[in-house]
Amino acid sequence: MLIDLTLCMGCNACQAACKEENHLSPNEEKNLSLTAYTALNKYSDVYVRRLCQHCDVPTCVSVCPVGALVKQGDGPVAYDADKCIGCRYCLQACPYHVPKYEWSSTKPRIQKCRFCAPRLAKGQLPACAEACPVGATLFGDRDELLLEAARRLGAEPTKYVPRIYGKDDVGGTSMFYLSSVPFEQLGFDSRLGRVPLPMLTMSALSKVPNVLSVGGVVLGGIWWITNRRTEVAAFEAAEKKGETPRPEEKP
Amino acid sequence: MKIRLLPRITGWQAISTTLILAGTLAAIARFTYGLGATTNLTDEFPWGLWIGFDFLGIGLAASGFTIVAAVNIFHAKEYEPIVRPAILTAFIGYLLVVLVLIIDLGRPDHFWHPLVMWNPHSVMCEISWCLMLYTSVLSLEFAPIILEKVKITWPIKWIHAISLPLMIVGVLLSTLHQSSFGSLYLIVPNRLHALWYTPLLPVLFFISCIASGIAMILLESLILSRGGRELLSTHLRANLAKIIAITLAVYFVVRVEDLLARGALHELTTLTYYSVAFYTELLVGFVVPFALLLSERIRTSRLGLYSATLMVLAGFAFNRMNTAITGLEVYPTQTYFPSLIEIFIMLGITALGFTVFSYVVKYLPIFEAVEEAGPQVQQEAATGRPEPIYLTRDDGGMESS
Ligand code: SF4
Ligand code: SF4
Repeated sequence: MLIDLTLCMGCNACQAACKEENHLSPNEEKNLSLTAYTALNKYSDVYVRRLCQHCDVPTCVSVCPVGALVKQGDGPVAYDADKCIGCRYCLQACPYHVPKYEWSSTKPRIQKCRFCAPRLAKGQLPACAEACPVGATLFGDRDELLLEAARRLGAEPTKYVPRIYGKDDVGGTSMFYLSSVPFEQLGFDSRLGRVPLPMLTMSALSKVPNVLSVGGVVLGGIWWITNRRTEVAAFEAAEKKGETPRPEEKP
Repeated sequence: MKIRLLPRITGWQAISTTLILAGTLAAIARFTYGLGATTNLTDEFPWGLWIGFDFLGIGLAASGFTIVAAVNIFHAKEYEPIVRPAILTAFIGYLLVVLVLIIDLGRPDHFWHPLVMWNPHSVMCEISWCLMLYTSVLSLEFAPIILEKVKITWPIKWIHAISLPLMIVGVLLSTLHQSSFGSLYLIVPNRLHALWYTPLLPVLFFISCIASGIAMILLESLILSRGGRELLSTHLRANLAKIIAITLAVYFVVRVEDLLARGALHELTTLTYYSVAFYTELLVGFVVPFALLLSERIRTSRLGLYSATLMVLAGFAFNRMNTAITGLEVYPTQTYFPSLIEIFIMLGITALGFTVFSYVVKYLPIFEAVEEAGPQVQQEAATGRPEPIYLTRDDGGMESS
């Protein structure tokens, strides 16, 4: 989805539609919560719509030990509460602080935007995109929307900051933003960079097979050498004394 | 020894029974009312004290693999007397950590899921596997001790037959496991403070666990040889202390070099919430004990070793808690302090650990083997080494290597 912050007028129709679609309590909320999968943050006269970015290489999917979160081919990052063990690693790791936890429940689940997966499957627009009266949230094919965003930047270079946020931030996301104000001033984390965060872990995890194989051989080798040395030393010492060597006892 | 220890144990018993009871009540509350009502965890701070505790437990349990590796793979047989205490420590440490993890999980009833639903990209998945496998390895390493006691000897042969691969697997699993606790935080470069976040986290976690594991077993050997009988000679204790000092030095160099390389040193030029936490950790846990352990006098004195090992352990605790809590706080707007229930559960579980340890030591042959092995080890050391080592009792300024 393409979210053009210069068009958004803060009417909150997206949140209302989202709440209706997902049967959440209809009160207006200013922040993401268990009952608000999307929310508008106001920065002087700019409204920034927050929601799950449905990252292309989602951090939450990579950290979940049981695969309760999965990236579906067409965009949505879906959650399966039956698998979830409640480790809350996804809350910790999501670069956009999106997943929310049902802390008060004894069988808690994660809550976050589902990209209206059931509607998409039926060929409908996501509820928020459909509800937006000014087209500030546009739904469409990712590549086409990127072209559209680039076209807008090209047409009005003075209006926008020259950046499509989400095009390749943390490896690219399904949501991208256009803005007239630098993104750093709108609560977008400037420390994130373009490398998908899961890569940071992969560099460590990919060493696991090496540690196992090389480590196994090295330790075995050390055992063999030191064992041999002890045996030889025991033998020599025993010979000096003129005794027969006592067979090495294994602990 | 029993007579001398008895009054002490009873005093401790009162305290630990209270703590265990309080912990049990706290745990019941946690399961009845859920995490939200009983902990100070929030969406912004989803991991807290308990994760820090897991790091501690696992770190102290590192004595298991370091000593097993030293004695049985590197053939440093003279440390044989502390193998069983080390395995026991590790075993209890791991069981406690499993217990805490289950309490910490939002869905404890799903705790077995990682075993059947894999996600090879997840550090957490790797951790669950290592945790499970290494706990099994430890139970196999520990089983002979129980079996000896109940006089069922046939499985012991079996376990002995596979003991070498078992130990190697155990050491590897620990290596992975210790470091992957550090890897957990690789994914939060935007959240964890620059003083703690580094791509080297797994390496640093691994190095520091060696120091803490050995410090733990050294401390134990000091405490347990109170009854007039020495578990390890002064000389061997001093050697262990040397290894700790070397590890601390390596850690310090890697840590500072890394800060330098990442340009994070400037964080230390001002006194902030974070830099104070960092200095405390580094001074208490690494610099001061290293300086202490450089001195021969300290390495050979009981009091010196007590203080040095306690400092290493405290610094280690600081380090893990800083990584798990302080470094993730956004001071002063978003901070975290554990709730009473969180604290009581942690204390209760710690007390449980100590209680189990003291009972096992009392009823199982953890040290009896030592008495048997004692003379044999001495003899081995005497015959097996080109230069005989003098295994004398506390004789102060002994130095041979
Ligand atoms: S924004 Fe967060 S929750 Fe949404 S897909 Fe990305 S990592 Fe997952
Ligand atoms: S809390 Fe659930 S969904 Fe999130 S990472 Fe853990 S198991 Fe996966």
